[in-house]
Amino acid sequence: MTGIAIIELYVFVLAGFVGYLVITKVPPLLHTPLMSATNAISAISLVGSLVAAGADRNRVSTILGFVAVTAATINVVGGFLITDRMLKMFKREDRPPQVKP
Amino acid sequence: MTPRELFIQATYLAASVLFILGLKSLTRADGARRGMNQAAFGMLLAIVGTLVNHEIVRYDWIIAGLLIGTVIGYPLGLFVPMTAMPQRIAISHMFGALAATLVGIAEYYTSMSHGGVEGPKMAALGFEVVFGALTVSGSFMAFGKLQEFISGRPVTYPGQNVMNIGLFAATLAIFAFLIANPGHPFLFYTMVVLSLTFGFLLVLPIGGADMPVVISLMNSYAGLASAATGFAIGNNVLIIAGALDGASGFILSIIMSKAMNRSFGNILFGAFGSAGGLASTKTATGLTVRPISIEDAAIQLAYAQHVIVVPGYGLAVAQAQHQVRELADLVEKNGGDVKYAIHPVAGRMPGHMNVLLAEANIPYDKLKEMEEINGAFTNADVALVIGANDVVNPAARNDPSSPIYGMPILNVDQAKHVIVMKRSMNTGFAGIENELFYDPKTSMLFGDAKASLTKLVAEVKNV
Repeated sequence: MTGIAIIELYVFVLAGFVGYLVITKVPPLLHTPLMSATNAISAISLVGSLVAAGADRNRVSTILGFVAVTAATINVVGGFLITDRMLKMFKREDRPPQVKP
Repeated sequence: MTPRELFIQATYLAASVLFILGLKSLTRADGARRGMNQAAFGMLLAIVGTLVNHEIVRYDWIIAGLLIGTVIGYPLGLFVPMTAMPQRIAISHMFGALAATLVGIAEYYTSMSHGGVEGPKMAALGFEVVFGALTVSGSFMAFGKLQEFISGRPVTYPGQNVMNIGLFAATLAIFAFLIANPGHPFLFYTMVVLSLTFGFLLVLPIGGADMPVVISLMNSYAGLASAATGFAIGNNVLIIAGALDGASGFILSIIMSKAMNRSFGNILFGAFGSAGGLASTKTATGLTVRPISIEDAAIQLAYAQHVIVVPGYGLAVAQAQHQVRELADLVEKNGGDVKYAIHPVAGRMPGHMNVLLAEANIPYDKLKEMEEINGAFTNADVALVIGANDVVNPAARNDPSSPIYGMPILNVDQAKHVIVMKRSMNTGFAGIENELFYDPKTSMLFGDAKASLTKLVAEVKNV
């Protein structure tokens, strides 16, 4: 195993640990937005898709990369929008509810 | 490191920090929106950083993908109704896993045409495509079952578990062989196909009511596939985001499985969802239920000081959230107070019921989770159960022979009066009689939840 692979493993384990500490504090109230948020965030695999689609290495890579870019973009755009739409609905009692148009 | 390299790494680092802060903001409902906006900004940074990567030499396919993805993603974000959230999330797990799987295949193909793949990279690619492919098909099945174009009933056949385990073992065997001998494209693609098949078969025997666990598990797998992508292409932000997603899905599946009284091992091996076949040990012979008229129910509610509403999936199916809110407003106008007791598995995915009630403009500080509200039932004048069954069944506490014994439930039976709104006397998904319905202080209000609530609202106004 190379030194870089070891560092990557450290990053993975520590990020998972941070994730565990943060996510166990998320109340059940927000579990649905949590899931759509993590889904949007993990669409960061778009970064890998962009390289596959744009590096012009071979036709297979370009086409598969193109489909992957499309799929990941759906999650980036749709994921953040729907998370925001849900979070927008959660209001406290002491603030008067917004008048519906 | 060139300045360009430095810039790219800086955007990735910023994105990683913003992602973690975004998730941290979700620990409180206030400020969560701003935190998620920052996370979205982090995503934008990472995309810009990638686009200036010197490896990228052509932008035609990238622009096409970004455009098509935006055109599809925009309506999926803005126009999908909140009741359809579980299937919406299921299909997005499929998209995420699809991206990871395809990148993995492209990476393998490219490396093979440039002198082969090394063992460690093969391990990363293998995880990527195995987790990815089974999440693609598993999530598609979950989507189909929730959207109901695939039967929501568990599909079982003899030898199912043996076949599934065999299939998974074969996939892993090929994977292990490939790590030692990566230069076998045929085996690599066979592994992808086997994993895809395994995903289908894994979710096939799982019923609609168990979907919260499946969705959470797929959330975790999609995250792990993303993390594996990061290992394969040596990108830390992917590893971090994937680890966060993987951890989140894992935690949610544990919470869900506890709330459903299933062991986690049971879930990991996919042998769940067959509880519907268990026979009831208690029968209702000799017991009678007390139906209540709308008028009497209205009087009880109009004079109640403390009301606890217990919403179940039946409420969501009837789309009666807004009627509940109207009724609660009237109770509050009469000087009573109303709280909502939310069981972790109320709805079809973690937290689903909270979103549905928040959409009906119910303030979130009235939505109480199980541990928080269970002590308050003894003080409640009326507990109004709407379309919930197993999660309020006292058998979970006091009948060791019951299939749901040990499952955490809402202590509705401790309230002074209980009104249960229900379509009919059919048993819940676990097929168990609910002795709460035969309790002397329980009254049954039969009929469609929305229609009954509308009538109740009109009636309470007249009291």
